[in-house]
Parts: sequence; C-alpha cells; structure tokens
Amino acid sequence: MSRPEPAKAQDALRHHAPHLSPARVLDLDPLLDDPKTRIVVCCGSGGVGKTTTAAALGLRAAERGRKVVVLTIDPARRLAQSMGIDSLDNTPRRVKGVEGDGELHAMMLDMKRTFDEIVEAHADRERAAAILGNPFYQSLSAGFAGTQEYMAMEKLGQLRARDEWDLIVVDTPPSRSALDFLDAPKRLGSFLDGKLIRVLLAPAKVGGRAGMKFLNVGMSMMTGALGKLLGGQLLKDVQTFVAAMDSMFGGFRTRADATYKLLQAPGTAFLVVAAPERDALREAAYFVERLAAEDMPLAGLVLNRVHGSGADRLSAERALAAAENLEEPRIVDQEGGKAGLRNSPDTYDSSESAASEAPAPEASAPQAPAPDAGSPAATDPERTAAADGPKSVTPHVERSVDQLTAGLLRLHAERMRLLSREQRTRDRFTALHPEVAVAEVAALPGDVHDLAGLRDIGDRLAAHRPELPDRAADA
Amino acid sequence: MSRLQVVSGKGGTGKTTVAAALALALATEGKRTLLVEVEGRQGIAQLFETEALPYEERKIAVAPGGGEVYALAIDPELALLDYLQMFYKMGGAGRALKKLGAIDFATTIAPGLRDVLLTGKACEAVRRKDKAGRFVYDYVVMDAPPTGRITRFLNVNDEVAGLARIGPIHNQAQAVMRVLKSSETAVHLVTLLEEMPVQETADGIAELRSARLPVGRIIVNMVRPEVLDAADLELVRSVPRVAVAKSLSSAGLGGARRGGNAERLVDPLLTQADEYAERYALEHEQRAVLAELGLPVHELPLLAEGMDLAGLYELAGELREQGLT
Repeated sequence: MSRPEPAKAQDALRHHAPHLSPARVLDLDPLLDDPKTRIVVCCGSGGVGKTTTAAALGLRAAERGRKVVVLTIDPARRLAQSMGIDSLDNTPRRVKGVEGDGELHAMMLDMKRTFDEIVEAHADRERAAAILGNPFYQSLSAGFAGTQEYMAMEKLGQLRARDEWDLIVVDTPPSRSALDFLDAPKRLGSFLDGKLIRVLLAPAKVGGRAGMKFLNVGMSMMTGALGKLLGGQLLKDVQTFVAAMDSMFGGFRTRADATYKLLQAPGTAFLVVAAPERDALREAAYFVERLAAEDMPLAGLVLNRVHGSGADRLSAERALAAAENLEEPRIVDQEGGKAGLRNSPDTYDSSESAASEAPAPEASAPQAPAPDAGSPAATDPERTAAADGPKSVTPHVERSVDQLTAGLLRLHAERMRLLSREQRTRDRFTALHPEVAVAEVAALPGDVHDLAGLRDIGDRLAAHRPELPDRAADA
Repeated sequence: MSRLQVVSGKGGTGKTTVAAALALALATEGKRTLLVEVEGRQGIAQLFETEALPYEERKIAVAPGGGEVYALAIDPELALLDYLQMFYKMGGAGRALKKLGAIDFATTIAPGLRDVLLTGKACEAVRRKDKAGRFVYDYVVMDAPPTGRITRFLNVNDEVAGLARIGPIHNQAQAVMRVLKSSETAVHLVTLLEEMPVQETADGIAELRSARLPVGRIIVNMVRPEVLDAADLELVRSVPRVAVAKSLSSAGLGGARRGGNAERLVDPLLTQADEYAERYALEHEQRAVLAELGLPVHELPLLAEGMDLAGLYELAGELREQGLT
C-alpha cells in the first residue's frame, strides 16, 4: 500500500500538471548578511551534510564581510583539512585563504577540555583538583551519551559571551534523538531540582525539619538501594563528586538556562538540514515540530544533494525505449541469447572491444550519413556476415556510438527515476509543512576537499533556483 | 557464525536497513532471530511498515522457509526497571527511584549506564534459553549506534566495570563484556562508496580492533548499477557531438540538426556522463581503500524504487547469496 507509485504516473504528473505545492524559497544571503543574525544552528540527522553545510555557510558569511566562528562538533578529518586546519581543537583558529574583509574562525568541541575548564574556572584550586581526580567525573567528562550536548551548549554560551564574533555558526552533535541538545538544560535542571541530588548528598546533609522525617527514612532506604545496586565504592565516588560539584551546579544551571533563552532570541536562526530521502526528511519534520514546540526560531530547511537534469523533458520511459531501440541489433547479434540489454563490453567480440578501447581514431573518422530510425538494424546483417571486411568499419563506429548513446539514455533514465523519487519525498514534506522555506542544494558529484569546494557549496546554497526538474519543465 | 550480530555505520548509510535485511536473511529456514533497536528512533517499525514498537519482543516478519523475525526497541528506562526486578526483586524500589528522578538520572545523565542497559539487554537475549535448554533466539541482530560511537558504546561495560569495582553492576558489566569480546559477537560496518563514510569505516575498524572487539564484515550499501563502463567513459571524452545527436535521432528522439530535439539532448546527456565518470573514478578509489582493510567486503545494490518491504526481502536474499549467513 505504501509502495511508491510507478514512475510513469509521476512523469505524467510532472509534465501535465503544475507542481503541486511549490515550497517557499529560503533566501540565505539576507539571513547571513543581516547584522542582527548572531547565531545560526544547523541541526539534522546523521549523514545529511550538516557539518559541511555549517562550514560552507560560515565561509560564505565571512566572504560577505562578517566575522564568523564555526563551532563543529565532530567533523570528518577531511572537512577540517578543507578549512586548512589539520586538527581543529577547542580554541577558534583563523582559517586562511578567506576572500574579502571578513574573517572565518573554526573550532572543534573538545568535551573533556570544556568540562575541565568549567571546573577550573568555577571552583577553588583544591576543590577543582578533587573533582578532576574523581573517577566518576573522569568517565562523565570523557564523553558518555549526553555530555556532548551539555558541552556544546556551554561552549556556544561562552562564544556568545565573548562577543568577539558577528556570527556564530553551530553544528549540532550527531545525537541518537536529534534535539538532545535542546533537552540538555532541562534535564540538568530537573536533576538539580530533584530529590535525587539530595539523596546523593544525604550523608552530608541528613537531618533538618521534623516534617522531613519520613522523607529522610525514605532517603536512607534509597541510599541503601543505590549502594546495593552500584556497589558501595561507586556510590561513594558519586557522592563525593556531587558534593564537590554542589556549589557549581547552580552556575551550570544558570548558564544552561541562559543559553536556552539565547537560542529562542530573535538573533538566532535554526536551519534544519536534510537530504531528499525518506528517513532524513522524516527526521527533518520531527525537528521542525520540536523547534516550534520549544519556540525556537526556524529559518528554514536546507535540502542537500538534490539532483537535477538539463534534459528533464525526456522521461525515463522514453529514454529507456530509445535505448532499447538502439540496442536492438545487438540482441540479434547475440546468438547465445545472453542478457539482451546489458551494455558491458564482455558481450562483444574482441574486435568490437578493441575498437572501443581506442576511440580516438573513430572519433576523427568521418561521420556516417544520418541514419533513419531503422538503419542500425538494416546494417546489422552485413556486419555479422562480413565482420572483418573493409565495409564493416563504418558500422563499427556507428555501433560504438549507438552503444554509448544507449548507455547515456539509460543513465538519464536512472537520473529521472532518482529525480521523481526525490521530488516525491520532498513533496510529502512540503505538504506537511508548507510554512517551511526550503533552500535546495544541487548535488556535487564528488567530495569537498578545500575552501573552493566549500565556496562552491555556499554558492549552491544561496542559488535561488537550482536546476530542478519541475521548474525547468514549467518554464 | 556469531550469534550476536552488531550492525554499525556512518549516519545515512542505511545501517537500520542492513540490520533488518540481515535479521531476515538469518531467519531463513526455520531459524528465529531478534532484531534489536537501541536508539529509540523506531526505524525498524518504519521499515516493516508496522506501528511503533513497544518495549516487548514482537514478531514482525516471517522469513522465506518459515523462519521468524522478532523485534525489540529497547527503552533504557524500562530496561532498568526490568533489570532491577529481574536481578534484585526491586520492583517497588524501582518505582520509588523513578519518583525520585533516579531512573531518569541513570538513563540519561549517569555516565554510560544507559549504554550498559542497552548492551546488557541485548546480551541477555543472546544467552536466554527456553525450558528445554535451547537458545530462544538463534541470532540477535543489533541496529547499533553509528561508527563514531560504536566502540565506546560496546566497550562501556569495561569502563563501568572499572568504575564500579565491586557489586552487582560490576558483575553484570563483566558478564556483558565476556559476550561482546568473544567470537559470539561480530561487528559489521555499513558504508557507502564515498570518501567520508569509507574514512570513517577505516577509523572505526582501527578503534574496534584496538579495543579488541570482534570486527566482522564491511557491507557497502546502495551501490549504483554500472551503466557505463570504462570503455564507454573513454569514448564519452572523444565522441563528436554530432554522432551522438544522430544516434539519438535514429532512436526516434527528434531531429539531429542544430536546435533539433535530439541535438538539444546531447549536452545535458554528456554532462550527466561526465558527472557519472567523476563518481565512477571516486567509487573505484574507495573500493580500493576498502579492499586494503583486510575484511570481507559485500555489496548491496541501490534499489531503484527506494526502500520498502519488498526491497528488504530482496536485500535479505542478496545477503544470503553472498554467504553472509
């Protein structure tokens, strides 16, 4: 039932009906240029090009005159290298080779370092040493689930507080559930407000008002249970840690709340990044809904790796039919009745493949007279009859070109199928969220290696009208 | 054949799909497999076109030859309560802990406990036996966290065992580690033929190896069909445009003269071929990189119609044919 409709219906739709719901176009340059835009957050599921998008936006904003810092969470080595920095670390480094008056700085979040710095900055030396040496702290800060999100928020707050940059572009952690970084302050808050922390602090702070007596009995039972579960020594480590951190928790909380408010403020713009694939767009829809629920300002959706075709008026079906037309003589050729429609060279005789391995002379050979639709089939018996005769030269050339053309047509058919699949998934998203502006980024055939590559992506990001099938067809 | 099959890979490579196809493939011929989800994304339910999975082992598919695939989405919070009840008969205390916020703390904030629960539950399913003493599941397939986190995820019990040096958590963590580091486990990495995922795969393998976790196979997903081969691509560079125009025209696509329909197709088609050539070269490079890693490499095709239930069975068949089961 949820099987996609056949491509044929889609093609018909594209050619005979206007595009259903053209999404609003997200114009990124005004957003990047606006001095009021101070923070851009890129979020999205893994593998959609989130970090690359953040870097490309940062570079573009810098080359348009702003002083930018890009905070990446876990960049691929190659991306760091593309910014000319072999290993990004926890301090912003200036990226060389940026054109124009602006500046681009880049850094990579180091969770442990960030956490350590907080401890060092907010506790006296003795207490800081006790915390840093606590085994529970060491595991916590080394990056278990959750820590990355807190620290990303913390770092963002720090960067913003320094006020050295016009614009901070943030990449978000590849979380299991996408918006964990938004939940981080709340979770921390509910933990700090909760009774658990009092239980953990119980040995230090037992007693108090008479009305608390029942609770205290409950608490010592809890501590007993926790001790049973965790083992006495671990519980002791946790308790020591919590006690040592106690005075700092308030600060954590205040800063996390402040960062959360900062994200809701008008100077922040969220960009949801996705690829035109079912799963990625489903996650994107989830992000859009969550951001709305949290009152976070969404600027729009960046849809990466969208394919286009300059020949989109030629449908997949017609291209395939034409390819078969060109290949027909070969079916006659193959006496063994091997897979008729493949165009791999091993189905050819040796003289044929020798010809295709040395194409240069053929290319310079004079063109055969314009054949009409039936001519390849007509020349075919001649070729099989006298394959080594002088007359066979021209059919050979023709045949290789026909073979190649058939391949080009099959390639095109594949591209058109991809286009209609991408369009289907995108339309589904647009139907659900017509209010979301979309910037489509044309797919690159290769990977990004340098600033030029990032610049290219920036151009594609800002291009208002990428080559898209529906639009080109409508024109 | 290892009974715990862990499937990881960079985000976007389709590891959930591969894990599901593997579970189906392993269930063939009357076997029973459990497909485990640990990241709370309900990807399995989407893939099998069923409603969201509860925290409960539920049959979701029948494999060719009568096998069965069960699925379980592990919820860390429920797993912890489960665990407290199962091992300590602490059901009541569990509820009290929940009230205190301790469960929330344990499953979201406390270092690694969440991962301990997830891996612990999977290992429990691997070891579980019925009354007759047979394993309840022939295989357990885990749709695991992405490559960047997999080593830490699987190794968490080592870390926790070091942190809690005595007590039940220590013992539990060690028991889990014994399963994960034995030949009962194999960790497979899913990748695409693109630079970043391949690089991440290479890094992931190195990490897994240094943590002495058993690395299984590399599965290249979404491999595009070879439409043009090396000889075709050679010819693309030198073929006269006129010849292609004529050929297109002869195939019934319009006039070959300048401005004719066939003629106007030539440039876009050749551009697409150039893009294909670039990708083709890149894919060849990446294949060579993968071959260097010294692991069995398998390839799964890109499904033209996108991923659906029928496609899943197709991929499962492909995995069987390639001898992954």
